[in-house]
Amino acid sequence: MSTNTITTQKVNFKVFRFNADEDYLPYYENYTMDITSEEVVLDVLNRIKWDHDGSFSYRRSCRHGICGACAIKVNGRSTLACKESMTTMIEYFGNDITLEPLSTKRAIKDMIIDKADFWEKHAAVTPYLVADIDECPSCENLVSPHDAEELNEADLCIQCGACHYACPVVEINSDFFGPAAFAAAYRFEADVRDNDTQRLINVNEEKQGVWDCAKCFECAEVCPKDINPIEKITKLHQMAFKKGVAKNNVATRHAVGFLHSIKKHGMLDEGGLVLYSEGPSIIKHIPVALQMFKKGKIIMPWNMPKSDNLDEIQKLIKSSSTVKF
Amino acid sequence: MKQLKYALFTGCTAKQSTPEQMMSTLAVARKLNIELIELTEASCCGASHLQDYDDFLSLVLNARNIAYAEKHGLTMVTICNTCQLNTAMTKHRLDKNIELKAKVNEKLAEVGLEYKGTSNVIHFLYAIIDDFGLDKIKEMVVRPLSQFNIAPFYGCHNIRPSELHDESHKQKENPYNPTSLDDLIIACGGKNVEYEEKNKCCGFHVELQAPHTAAVLTGNAIAGATDNNADMMVTPCPLCHLKLDTQTKHASEAIGRDVSLPVLHMQQMVGLALGCTPAELGLKHHVTEVNFI
Repeated sequence: MSTNTITTQKVNFKVFRFNADEDYLPYYENYTMDITSEEVVLDVLNRIKWDHDGSFSYRRSCRHGICGACAIKVNGRSTLACKESMTTMIEYFGNDITLEPLSTKRAIKDMIIDKADFWEKHAAVTPYLVADIDECPSCENLVSPHDAEELNEADLCIQCGACHYACPVVEINSDFFGPAAFAAAYRFEADVRDNDTQRLINVNEEKQGVWDCAKCFECAEVCPKDINPIEKITKLHQMAFKKGVAKNNVATRHAVGFLHSIKKHGMLDEGGLVLYSEGPSIIKHIPVALQMFKKGKIIMPWNMPKSDNLDEIQKLIKSSSTVKF
Repeated sequence: MKQLKYALFTGCTAKQSTPEQMMSTLAVARKLNIELIELTEASCCGASHLQDYDDFLSLVLNARNIAYAEKHGLTMVTICNTCQLNTAMTKHRLDKNIELKAKVNEKLAEVGLEYKGTSNVIHFLYAIIDDFGLDKIKEMVVRPLSQFNIAPFYGCHNIRPSELHDESHKQKENPYNPTSLDDLIIACGGKNVEYEEKNKCCGFHVELQAPHTAAVLTGNAIAGATDNNADMMVTPCPLCHLKLDTQTKHASEAIGRDVSLPVLHMQQMVGLALGCTPAELGLKHHVTEVNFI
């Protein structure tokens, strides 16, 4: 028998309500409920529907963190409702809790959103194994434990959309595939049996691909399955260089430019990096650069500081580099 | 109290585009009697971009930086969120993976160095708050910032991934409701501004490859602070500072609204409250003028 005592506290809920068929604008309904330390967010959704308003709508199915249907936003944070305990939410946000769909812009009814953009992006990265596998093999197609580990648990994704709708870049750039699609792409790129040649090129294209990731780590923070999508995004960047599909563009030069700069100065040469990355397009940065120059924010190349013991850094770059571009 | 002493990893911007950040760090350290030994041998941390290109090399270079802090037997302090992320992430990965650590040390041995894992890596913001103490700072304030509403802008890489933050620092920070910078504002006598963007991304890392995305993120942050009546913003990250301070024109164009607020480095705010002069804090080095002093 558990020795934990169950505690109860009053929580004020502000709940997003909207019916695309009837409402001109969304509105918020308030409910105050006694919440026990044993309840998860999904219990609250159920109680709103069962005790307060039968028309309240949300997606739910497995109740065990595996179907990915019930993800919503709690105080702006993407949350898988059946997994997250209310105690944790109260710890995070106090006793005033706002429940909203993953994307208010895409709301159809209350917590239910049109997830078409998510599925389109998912489908666009060829999220399946592409391989010439004999349908009637004489023995099993074994994958060694070492090779299976390479997936880094990317195969645990339940497509709940928590990271996708937490990603600030998805919100601004509608072409961007988003963290969940990248994690799916990585899952198959890392599979030794896969021999698709287009996927990695596809997820490295400008605008839609991994290079537009802003490195904010929101996806890693919200993932209910601890998949760490940004780690997969980083690995897709590295794979592009390793497999020779990285194009010569501003994004890749920006990454490679760090190496050149560190080799020369130990430190980053900020101006040099922008020039290396942009090439002739550096012209567009001149107005801001002039403003910065006036305020003493730009160092002339001949005054560029260097790290002490630069020879050590150069020696290590020589011996430890694993990639060529 | 025993004098606090740290190994300072300045990062690259402090020596180039944000000289005021270096000046104010040293000024605040003097006021608080904190001794900082600058790691002049340190290289760039790779800023998460070298990491996109060559993961192993970035581990070796960051391990080398930490090894120098270890040689001094000191905790390393960073003054840039992205330096903090990449350095602490290297430490996290090497401390967890003995094989990887051995591979990295094999390379470091070529230059007579070894990464042991004996030095912690913390951001100066948390050195001030956790080690020096907010109460003591409060007692030392000679010029309370009481007439100002100050919007804290935390910067992603100090608060996410939260696991890394909590592993590196004494106090936990809630990535959805961070409080350290708010507490510091209050300790300096200012009024902290609550706004939605305080823990959001400034867009710095995609400025070259996705300028529109970057500009919208910057614009949203300044607009959020402005709409909640902020007189200024404050940030512990020089990269966020560069975006918020120098990119207001692009940000305004991107969100279709003129936005501009003075932005202080965390160290400048503390320095002002402790009675440092504007010259000591390098306030003339801002593109968006700090004209209220």
